[in-house]
Amino acid sequence: MTIEPSDRVKAVPPSGIRRFFEIAEERDEVISLGVGEPDFSTPWAARDAAITSLEQGKTSYTANRGKRELRESIADYVADRFDLGYDPAEEIIVTAGASEAVDLAFRAFVDPGDTVAIAQPSYISYEPGVIFAGGEVLPVPTRKEDEFRLTVEELDAAGAADADVLVVCYPNNPTGAIMREEDLEPIADFAREHDLTVFSDEIYAELTYDGDHTSIATVDGMRERTIVFNGFSKAHAMTGLRLGYALGPADAIGAMNKIHQYAMLSAPTTAQYAALEALDSCENDVREMVDQYDRRRQFVLSRFREIGMDVFEAKGAFYCFPEVPEGFTAEEFAEDVLREQGVAVVPGDVFGVGGEGHLRISYATGLEDLREALTRIEAFVAEHA
Amino acid sequence: MSEREVLELLRENARYSAADIARMTGLEEQEVEAVVEELEGAGVVRGYQAVVDWDKLEDERVRAEVELNVRLDRETGYGDIAERLARFPQVKALRLVSGDYDFDMEVEGDSIREVSQFISEKVAPVPEITQTVTHYVMTSYKENGIELGDGEDDDRLSFSP
Repeated sequence: MTIEPSDRVKAVPPSGIRRFFEIAEERDEVISLGVGEPDFSTPWAARDAAITSLEQGKTSYTANRGKRELRESIADYVADRFDLGYDPAEEIIVTAGASEAVDLAFRAFVDPGDTVAIAQPSYISYEPGVIFAGGEVLPVPTRKEDEFRLTVEELDAAGAADADVLVVCYPNNPTGAIMREEDLEPIADFAREHDLTVFSDEIYAELTYDGDHTSIATVDGMRERTIVFNGFSKAHAMTGLRLGYALGPADAIGAMNKIHQYAMLSAPTTAQYAALEALDSCENDVREMVDQYDRRRQFVLSRFREIGMDVFEAKGAFYCFPEVPEGFTAEEFAEDVLREQGVAVVPGDVFGVGGEGHLRISYATGLEDLREALTRIEAFVAEHA
Repeated sequence: MSEREVLELLRENARYSAADIARMTGLEEQEVEAVVEELEGAGVVRGYQAVVDWDKLEDERVRAEVELNVRLDRETGYGDIAERLARFPQVKALRLVSGDYDFDMEVEGDSIREVSQFISEKVAPVPEITQTVTHYVMTSYKENGIELGDGEDDDRLSFSP
């Protein structure tokens, strides 16, 4: 007999990047620009705090919502950095990565048959998350001519007025786009008018290179209908420690906690100690990493322009999103440049509508490798385009 | 300030070309060249060297950290002693330091014998030097901000979401 997966699981296709992963495995000397995680080590102070907590035997469960001290630190941090005011007792939940927070939100607020509008191109886990929760996905494209910002016109055209939830992610993975307060206001009006709950993934908030990050939850009337996701993976280079959090109104966070307390009990304790220290004393480490990313960003953008590939000026995250030259689909380009030149990039199609014809390039890689990878891409383009 | 930024990048990797630095900083390539030239001209940038992991070479390279104590008199200052010592090609670095000893000197040679001889025959006899303590470098883990050894391969997934 076989153990039959549920229809929900069967409804999710295999990951679009799996095939590329297999090709990359066959080759030596692949330089990967396909990686969505920092190449920096977790700041030493945070690692040290984790080690010390282990030495002291602090390996028990914490409160379901996370250590009170950590929630207080998170509340101070988001207030200071992003002007977000949340009560650590009831409006913050600490999770095993922002991914768990996103999953909790889908399960807590999406009923079977509910429609979840997702601004795309987007992080590839939102869509499966909706399907696992029994919801239906409504893709809302964003376009290069709008700098990949979400617009009310696109929301209208996609029929998002009838949706139940809207998912946005700014700074964006994969485009590197950001949204300003003036861009968010019409989206907020739309959400209020059509009674949409908004899930705002702000995991890349610290990685905003041109001005400060604005959270949609700070726009008038949005706090009560928004769940904000954030975490320590990107800005604090703590991907493997799996620590994230969600911010939202007390009832909403309570609903998410209901699932979390049965599924996860509490986020990893060691990681919570590391996160406390990260917020307490690693601000300079974060600034240094952000400076490095910014330099790499400028380098990569400049090289793509030199190569003659049209590239959108990414102002956030650690991705840029160039267009493939004429005569290629994104998939073809990504596969051929991987096979011929050993450079791994991700075709934009895997991120949903609006991603076609683009590549996601991660610059969370040392400059030497970036330089070599772009030289190889240049050679590839010179030969084929 | 562009001068500072260019310096930081050169310290990170002196092989970055003016074009690389221009791309990273948003400056014009000619501006970068001008800044570098000015820094070199003003003696801020004194040279460019490779960071070498000698353990990776088969040829022996012996290095020692030498603590020096000196006694000054009316005619001789720290600068005079430093000037005399710094002329020796075996001396790779020389610093006046606070604490239990006066100078911290890095010496390099092809063998322990060569380094020992240099210290006993050229350094110790300097009249103002009252004591030398030699520490041979056994293994170097980090030089000029760069970690040595095998390094860690980037074992992150080739692709991740």
